[in-house]
Amino acid sequence: MKELPASVLPPLLVGVPMLLGMVSLFFKIKRRPIPGIIGSVLIGVLAFAAVVETSRHGTVIHVPGGWVPPLGIVLRMDPLSVVFISLTALIGIFIGLYSQMYFRTEEGAKVRFPLFWPLWFFLWAGLNGLFLSNDIFNLYVTIEVITICAVGLAVLSGEAKALKAGLRYLLAAIVGSMCYLLGVALIYGSTGTLDMALLGQVLEPGPTASFALIVITLGLLIKKAAFPFHFWLPPAHSAASAPVSAILSALVVKGGFYVMLRLWTEVFGVSLTFAAGQLIGVAGAAAVIWGSWQALLQTNLKLLVAHSSVAQLGYLLMIFPLLVLKPGFSTDSADWLPAAWTAGIFQVMAHAFAKSSMFLSAGIVVAALGHDRIASLRDLVAKMPMTALAIGIAGVSLIGLPPSGGFMAKWMLLKGVFLSGQWWWAPAILIGSLLTAGYIFMLLRLAFAPAREENRFRPVPIMLQVCALLLALGSFLIAIPAEKLVVFLENGESFGRGIETVIKGGNHGNE
Amino acid sequence: METWEIYSLTSVVIFAIGLGGVFLVKHFLRKIIATVIMGGGVFLCFVSFAKRDTLNFPDPVPHALVITGIVVAVTAAAFALSLARRIHKITGEETFEEKE
Repeated sequence: MKELPASVLPPLLVGVPMLLGMVSLFFKIKRRPIPGIIGSVLIGVLAFAAVVETSRHGTVIHVPGGWVPPLGIVLRMDPLSVVFISLTALIGIFIGLYSQMYFRTEEGAKVRFPLFWPLWFFLWAGLNGLFLSNDIFNLYVTIEVITICAVGLAVLSGEAKALKAGLRYLLAAIVGSMCYLLGVALIYGSTGTLDMALLGQVLEPGPTASFALIVITLGLLIKKAAFPFHFWLPPAHSAASAPVSAILSALVVKGGFYVMLRLWTEVFGVSLTFAAGQLIGVAGAAAVIWGSWQALLQTNLKLLVAHSSVAQLGYLLMIFPLLVLKPGFSTDSADWLPAAWTAGIFQVMAHAFAKSSMFLSAGIVVAALGHDRIASLRDLVAKMPMTALAIGIAGVSLIGLPPSGGFMAKWMLLKGVFLSGQWWWAPAILIGSLLTAGYIFMLLRLAFAPAREENRFRPVPIMLQVCALLLALGSFLIAIPAEKLVVFLENGESFGRGIETVIKGGNHGNE
Repeated sequence: METWEIYSLTSVVIFAIGLGGVFLVKHFLRKIIATVIMGGGVFLCFVSFAKRDTLNFPDPVPHALVITGIVVAVTAAAFALSLARRIHKITGEETFEEKE
C-alpha cells in the first residue's frame, strides 16, 4: 500500500463539492447559479487534473491524517475511478448549464429550485467519494449520502406524484443499504478488516463469505434498479424535473454498478461461482427485454425514457457472468475478459451521455408543450429541429448502431459473449436492441409526421437545446478515443488485478 | 452456544422480520418502522462480532461503525417520515395504493 504515490487530488475531489454545497446555501436564491456554474467548472478542472495525474503515475492514494489501514481509511484513485469521476464532471457541467436556464422557463419555475444547487453539490461529493473509497464501510456512507441527496432532488417539485415516487425510492434504497450493511458486518466479523485491498487477500471462501456476497449483491441490485427490483425507478425518474432526471438516470444508478464491479472483482473474487454470475446475467437479460418492451408501451415521453433506463442498466449486469470463468476454461484462454470490461465501461459512458440528453430533450418538450404526451411530438422536426436531432442521435446510441458509443459497448459485449462460449446471452442483447430501435423509431416517426392540429410550441431558450445536443454528440465522440481509453484502463493496476482475482475465483468455483 | 452466537442469530432474525415487514405492510409509517427494525438487526450483528478470541477486550471498531450507521439510519428515517407526512397533508393518503 505504501509504495503507491500519494496525491492531494482525492480529498479535493470530495471536499470541494461538499464545500461548494455549503457555500451555495449562503448565496441569495437568485444568485445561486453563480457559485453553481463556477463550482462545476472548478470540479471539472480537478477531474481533468486527476486524469493527468493517473495517466502519469498510475494509481495514487491519499491517507487522511496519516492513519494507514487497517486502522485508517485510504482514498484510492485509479484509472477506473478517474473515468467515472470525469464522466460525472463532464455531464454535471452540462446539466448545470441546462438547469440554470431550465428553471427560468415557465415549466421549470414550478419546481422549488433554490435547493437544487446545494443538493446537487452534496450528491456530487457523494459520487466522487464513492468512486474514490477503498473501504467497504466508507462506501456505505457515500451510498447513503447519494441516496438522501438523490431523493431530495427527486421530490423538489413538491407534487404529490413526485413525493410518492420519492418515498418509494427512499424506502427501496434504505432496504438496499441495510442489506449491504449486513454484508459489511458479516465480512468484518469474519476478517476483522474493511479495507478492500486487504480484504481481497484475506477473505476466505466459505459460507460466511458466500452469504455476505449474496446480501451485498442483493442490496446493490435494489440500489441500481436491477430486474426484479426496478419498480421504484420509472416513477421516481419520470416524476422529477428534467435536469434531476438526467442526474438520477445518467449518474446515480451508475454508482451501484461501480460498487458492484469493484466488490465482485476485488473483494469477492475468491467466492464467486459460475452459477452466481449466470444468475446476475439472467436478471440483466430479463431487465433488457422487459424494460424495452415496457418502454414501447408508454404514452409519455419521460416514462418511456425511464423504462429505457431499466433496459440499458440490464446490459451492465450482463457483463458479470462473463467475468467468472466457465468450468473447463483456464486463465490463458480467457481473452474475452478485457472485452467484457470494456463493454461495461463503454455502456456506462454511452448510456450516461445518451440518457442525460434524452431526459434534457424531454424537459425541452415539456417546457415547450406543457406536457410530455408522445402523441403531441408530431411536427417536432419543423418546430424544434435541434431537439429532434438530439433525440435522434441519443436514440441511435441507445440502439447501438455504429459508430456510436452504444455500438462499441454492445459490440464488445457480443464479442465477450461469443469468445467466452456463453452464446445464450446473445439473443437477449439483439432482442433488446430491436425493441430499443422500435421505440426510438416510434418517436422519430412522430417527430417527422405533419401535425394534425396546430400544436402550440412555446419558445424555448436556445441554450437548452444546445446542451441536450452536445450531450447526444458526446455519446458518439466517446467512441473515437476508444483505443486510448482501453490502454489508460489497463495502465492502472485495478484492471489487471481485478481480472487476476476473478480468475482466481473462477478457478475456485470450478474446483 | 456462546453468548455472541445467540446475539448474531437473533440479529439475523430481527433483520428478516424487518425485511418481510417492508414488503408485507402497506401503511407508510409501518413500512418506515420496518426499515428501522432492519437497521436494528444489522447493528446488533455488528456489535455481536466485537468479541474476538485474539483480543481479551471488546473490539472497539464495530461500536464506531454502529454509531455512524445509527446516525445515517436516523437521518434516512426522518427524511422518510417527513415525506410521508407531506404526502398525507397533500392527498390524505397513507399507502402507495391508488385511490379509486
